[in-house]
Amino acid sequence: MPAPLFYFFSLLMLIFGALVVICRNPVASALSLVVSFVGLAALFISLDAYFIGTIQILVYAGAVMVLFLFIIMLLDIRAEAGRKPNMLAVVGGIALAVIFLVQLGSVLSKNEMGNKTVADVPINYQTAAQVQKLDTIKADLQNSTLPDAKLVGQTLFNRYPFQIQLIGCLLLVGTVGVVLLSKREVN
Amino acid sequence: MGSFLDSINLAFLIASAVKIVFFAFMVILPMVAYSVYLERRISAIIQDRVGPNRTGIPLTLLGFKKDSHIFGIGGLVQPLADGLKFLLKEDFTPAHVNKFYYWLAPAIVMVPALLTAAVIPFGSELDLSWLTKIGVDGAWLHKPIKLVIADLNVGPLFTFAIASLGVYGIVLAGWSSNSKYSFLGGVRSSSQMISYEIALGLSIVPVLMIFGDLNLSKITEYQDANGWLLFPAWGKGAPWENGWHFGRWALLVPVFISFIIFTVSMFAETNRAPFDLPECETELVAGYHTEYSSMKFALFFMGEYAAMIIGSGLAVTLFLGGWSIPFAPWLGLDYKAGATPAWLGLAHIACFLAKVVCFIVFFIWVRWTLPRFRYDLLMKLGWLVFFELALANVILTAALLMYFKI
Amino acid sequence: MIESYLPILIQALIASGFAGVTLLLSVMLGKSSKRNAMKDSAYECGMLPLGEAQPRFSVKFYIVAMLFVLFDIEVVFMYPWAIIFKDYVNTIGHDIFWSMMGFVSILLVAFIYAWKKGALRWDN
Repeated sequence: MPAPLFYFFSLLMLIFGALVVICRNPVASALSLVVSFVGLAALFISLDAYFIGTIQILVYAGAVMVLFLFIIMLLDIRAEAGRKPNMLAVVGGIALAVIFLVQLGSVLSKNEMGNKTVADVPINYQTAAQVQKLDTIKADLQNSTLPDAKLVGQTLFNRYPFQIQLIGCLLLVGTVGVVLLSKREVN
Repeated sequence: MGSFLDSINLAFLIASAVKIVFFAFMVILPMVAYSVYLERRISAIIQDRVGPNRTGIPLTLLGFKKDSHIFGIGGLVQPLADGLKFLLKEDFTPAHVNKFYYWLAPAIVMVPALLTAAVIPFGSELDLSWLTKIGVDGAWLHKPIKLVIADLNVGPLFTFAIASLGVYGIVLAGWSSNSKYSFLGGVRSSSQMISYEIALGLSIVPVLMIFGDLNLSKITEYQDANGWLLFPAWGKGAPWENGWHFGRWALLVPVFISFIIFTVSMFAETNRAPFDLPECETELVAGYHTEYSSMKFALFFMGEYAAMIIGSGLAVTLFLGGWSIPFAPWLGLDYKAGATPAWLGLAHIACFLAKVVCFIVFFIWVRWTLPRFRYDLLMKLGWLVFFELALANVILTAALLMYFKI
Repeated sequence: MIESYLPILIQALIASGFAGVTLLLSVMLGKSSKRNAMKDSAYECGMLPLGEAQPRFSVKFYIVAMLFVLFDIEVVFMYPWAIIFKDYVNTIGHDIFWSMMGFVSILLVAFIYAWKKGALRWDN
């Protein structure tokens, strides 16, 4: 991704991420979060993670945030009245953010990988193709395209089949939670 | 900034801009306008009426003695008149609405609907090298232009992801209008759309299993050479060309189930009858766009039709071979990468559009034939029938693929 | 690869431009007339609006949204599985089938639980 686009999407993400906290109207906050997610998806795509970027929009922007909007509407949450912000909390929050940024900067500046971009370490498609077992992935790599969705699938189901079942169990727990929490209304 | 400009291939940018303008504004928007007209004419035929058959260009205003209907045969100018009327109507914003979101909502419905068109291949490729003979020259002319706006490796997922953003337009329209009918319509509509999104997403899993790819151009090319998914009659799909191997034909069972689920879910996703509960006039006046008028209403309307057209385009691409001409390898009309003549490229575009138009007529036919569903039955169909059926269908496809070792 | 996403950015700009321009045109060209109290009130078939404009709606809509998120994630896991399934079965083995079967059957338990508890009933 050209650098100006990277800065554009990062700024988009940061500004709308800040708006999520700043906005008084809950619907405006939720929509800001959607825009922030779209910016995040663009950043994923810039890192050659096309599948994850698309799923980011599909699941977070398209499903999770719709649920948030529903909750806002269901509970009829209105805009907060002009309450004075707690100065101590604001100062504390900003201080924490600054400390985190300094920490992040110091860690990243020590790491040599921090100065490298994706363009500095191009993928060697032909070498990568030789070690692949699956024909579709091999063919894609030989055409110099990155079959990221297929690689995700292969890694997930070849190396982590047990963890997949755990995710299934997590979703099961989620479903039970939803039904239990709303059971009183249903009956 | 200089390196930024260098990193972008200018010819590529121009080619994409031309493709976008061609497909989005010269194909989809006129198609939207004329499917509205088609809808009115077909519904009239079904109900034994005449429909809008008189609108013509008023030549008497230009000094002609008599209105001749050369340009307005059968009311063909009706969409133009409709569009003009939408622009000239009073643009009224009621006082009780939440202004910013009220204005934002129609745009949020329209933009994703147009954006989803980007990944659908509307033709194979167009050879423009003949342009050099009439004086135009440039390096970009010597390579055939691929007729898809963005050739992504996540094709159908991109369409679903962007289409799922359209829900916000409807929720916001219902919420910002501050009116009961709008609100109920918005809630109903979004609930229906998310329910059928699961069935829609699951229904294409068997298709992806058979193709083993997410790139819609590759999927279409494969179908062009080896038979459409729903009509495997040549290439590897046909048993007589494949050592009497009936695997592909056995797969027709899950593919057909997928096709049914996909099409019906598409009806529900686009809020079309028999699933037009969100705007069902007997209960909710007009649903989420009750409080809208003039162009803002038209944008909702156009968004619905654009979603319908692109949904048809996706169904055609996945199940009916996209731009592929039937029996292409036998007739010598198949796609050859990099060596497709210009006339064949145009024929492929025409073939794609013809298939999409057939699909739209089917959409319209269904709307004027079937009565509206009840809301509880709609939810029951989505969650208890289609979800289960689609899941079973995935397992059936997996079993067949393993048994036949295709 | 990454450059194939550039047209999408362009199309997003063009599409938003189109929506903006049509809205602007209708403001500029549209007929203007006077407001009055009746015209400004919410449409309720000619009656005066009664009660709250946004009544609380049934919790069922919320349950559906929640279940949608859960099952949408399940479907998302199926996509990368589906596109490598054919090749994987032919070259590596059938384990990919059984791991998805396990995943789906756990989710099926969740679905049947929600169903039997009446979370998907709309007719009462």
